[in-house]
Amino acid sequence: MTKPLTGAQIMCEALIREGVEVMFGIPGGAIMPFYYAMWDYRDRLRHVLCRHEQGAGHAAEGYARATGKIGVCIGTSGPGATNLVTPIADAMMDSTPLLAITGQVGSHVLGKDAFQETDITGITMPITKHNYLVKNVDELAYVFKEAIYIATTGRPGPVLIDITKDAMQKTTVPNWDIKLNLPGYKPTYQGNRRQIREAIKLLINAKKPLILAGHGIIMAGAHRELQEFAERLRIPVITTLHGIGAIPENHPLCIGMPGMHGWVHVNRAIQECDVLFNIGGRFDDRVTGKASTFAPHARIIHVDIDPSEIGKNVRVDVPIVGDARLVLQALLEDLPPPSELAELHTHASDWMEHIREMQDKHQGKQQYKNRAAMANMALPPHDVYEALSRTLNARGNYRVVTDVGQHQMWAAQLIDWNHGPRTHITSGGAGTMGFAVPAALGVAIACPNETVWAIVGDGGFQMTNQEMATIVQEGLKNIKVAVINNGYLGMVRQWQELFENKRYSGTPLSGPNFAKLAEAYGWKGLTVERSEDVQDAIDEAYATDGPVLIDFRVEREVNVFPMVPQNKSIGEMILSETQA
Amino acid sequence: MKKHTIVALLQDRPGVLSRVIGLIRRRGYNIESLAVGHSETPGVSRITIVVESEDVEQVVKQLYRLIEVLKVSDVTDDPTVEREMTMLKLHAPPAVRHEIISMCSVFGARIVDVGSNTMIIEMTGTPAKVENFIEVVRPYGIKEMMRTGRIAMVRGARGHNASEYVEPTTNGAAVPALN
Repeated sequence: MTKPLTGAQIMCEALIREGVEVMFGIPGGAIMPFYYAMWDYRDRLRHVLCRHEQGAGHAAEGYARATGKIGVCIGTSGPGATNLVTPIADAMMDSTPLLAITGQVGSHVLGKDAFQETDITGITMPITKHNYLVKNVDELAYVFKEAIYIATTGRPGPVLIDITKDAMQKTTVPNWDIKLNLPGYKPTYQGNRRQIREAIKLLINAKKPLILAGHGIIMAGAHRELQEFAERLRIPVITTLHGIGAIPENHPLCIGMPGMHGWVHVNRAIQECDVLFNIGGRFDDRVTGKASTFAPHARIIHVDIDPSEIGKNVRVDVPIVGDARLVLQALLEDLPPPSELAELHTHASDWMEHIREMQDKHQGKQQYKNRAAMANMALPPHDVYEALSRTLNARGNYRVVTDVGQHQMWAAQLIDWNHGPRTHITSGGAGTMGFAVPAALGVAIACPNETVWAIVGDGGFQMTNQEMATIVQEGLKNIKVAVINNGYLGMVRQWQELFENKRYSGTPLSGPNFAKLAEAYGWKGLTVERSEDVQDAIDEAYATDGPVLIDFRVEREVNVFPMVPQNKSIGEMILSETQA
Repeated sequence: MKKHTIVALLQDRPGVLSRVIGLIRRRGYNIESLAVGHSETPGVSRITIVVESEDVEQVVKQLYRLIEVLKVSDVTDDPTVEREMTMLKLHAPPAVRHEIISMCSVFGARIVDVGSNTMIIEMTGTPAKVENFIEVVRPYGIKEMMRTGRIAMVRGARGHNASEYVEPTTNGAAVPALN
């Protein structure tokens, strides 16, 4: 191609070449040349106008998390760029491939406090996998190629490209054939074979082995390999918050979620196990509790694509750097034949029996059954989740996006996640309230034939609910929002109740009538105040050809149990209020 | 806390030093000394950082996460040659100049400027020797002092050759030097 293009046109062409189809953003002065060029590409590059750049960023994250493809968000210079900071940090913590494109003031006024100038590359340096300030139109084609490569390979993450207005306006003949020059970036995909054999040796000689499946399984698309490996050795599988979907929860080997709000039997199993095989998880402190007391009897095998994660939080006996899927394939290849695994299988069934006994003893009390404490409540939150779980599993074809807080933990605990990877999407590492509604927007665009549920607390909902307008403008009908409305910033209130003598400082929260608010946006809005109306409302949401919000006015002061207090061993769980 | 000497090779792109420093700052470690400059290979910078840290292994691993970092080593316990340079402006009236000059010759320091009441002295050596020299001349009155960061190089064949990290461009297209 010898035709000269403007920088902005090169940006559009580069995105199309990298397979980008959708972008979420808001225009402004410095990014206007990009929007000018975008108009000519609108049949191939869909632009979704969000109501706040934070919403655009989370929508791009939702799109990326649902598909595994890169999510793209756009903001102008200054406040447009700084509003993207939260989703960028969120994407960094949750290893989400995100490309943030920001306009910057003209290169001649750079650093002179020009109108809407902010040093966004400086601001985002610690929260991006990499970032760029482009002042020269000749660099654009190369930078976009390199940026998307970095964002989507190895351990994925956010990359920001800040482009001066003049670089978008100038013209050049783009060179698309420049080879990537990244001598300092060579992700390791294949696990070390010797370490893999070492891992197998540990696992087949274990009496109480456990697999801890993390986000890496989902991102690498390694769920089939994981299931096969677990089945061949008959090892129980734990799924972290981001590992939900790595193995169906109705699989006989899946035992559930560990950690701060994990199940008692899972945490106890970790404390008892003799080999812990973590694949694609990063031993987050919400999983380990007090790290020095974590899995005290276990030899630990840790597979991670990011070498800096290995040994960061817990000691590791067998480190394997590599892609979860390729490592599991190698493990499967090197497994001894079933005839040699008989002894292991005997131990495995004893071990599993022991775990299931603990599960029978504890989990039901926390779930739906035997909830004596909730007998007099008009609408305990658990009833909402019970109905949602039943409905989602009966109807299938869903994605669920959750926000941050009590409702998020209940969703992880109380919904039976049987429908595979990428069906449960949440803000984990960063814990970003306000994630759910805009992320659901991105998921709904990525999955137009599925029903996308956003489950969100009344606190998080009020942070980003203006994206309801975007959802209407885009004509998205496959979004249903369940507000778990308890009139508090509930998780903080729970900590205040349990550890601060019910000093409810800054947690009681009012809101508008959410159903009416939804109606004002052109949605259908429903309000549910009694358990017996929950299922009807969910059915009505499904029957409605358009976005629906259900305001579930749940009992206000219900706590998430079980719970491990911060910095305590996961062996010390609180099971009810009286224990705190 | 132990002092660690870290040597790193970096792609010479804008902002790379800021990324490296930011990563160390994030963990609240204080940088005692820093020296940065070109390596023997065009396009590759070399830095020596001295940092007080409990967990330097984690810092090294995280430095590798930076896209433009080519190689990082903690050379604290390796056999290295370490050098540092200082320039001192001393209060040096004619009466004491002879003493100062003889002190300089003992330490191998050089006098690079003489004013009516001052002398500027340049001295290069191991950090300990530089320290020693400074203490010896301090009684004369140090009006100004400037120390470069420490630079370190591992002895013998093992080390930090940068050329292996730079691939020659094969298709003839020049990789744009970003800015």
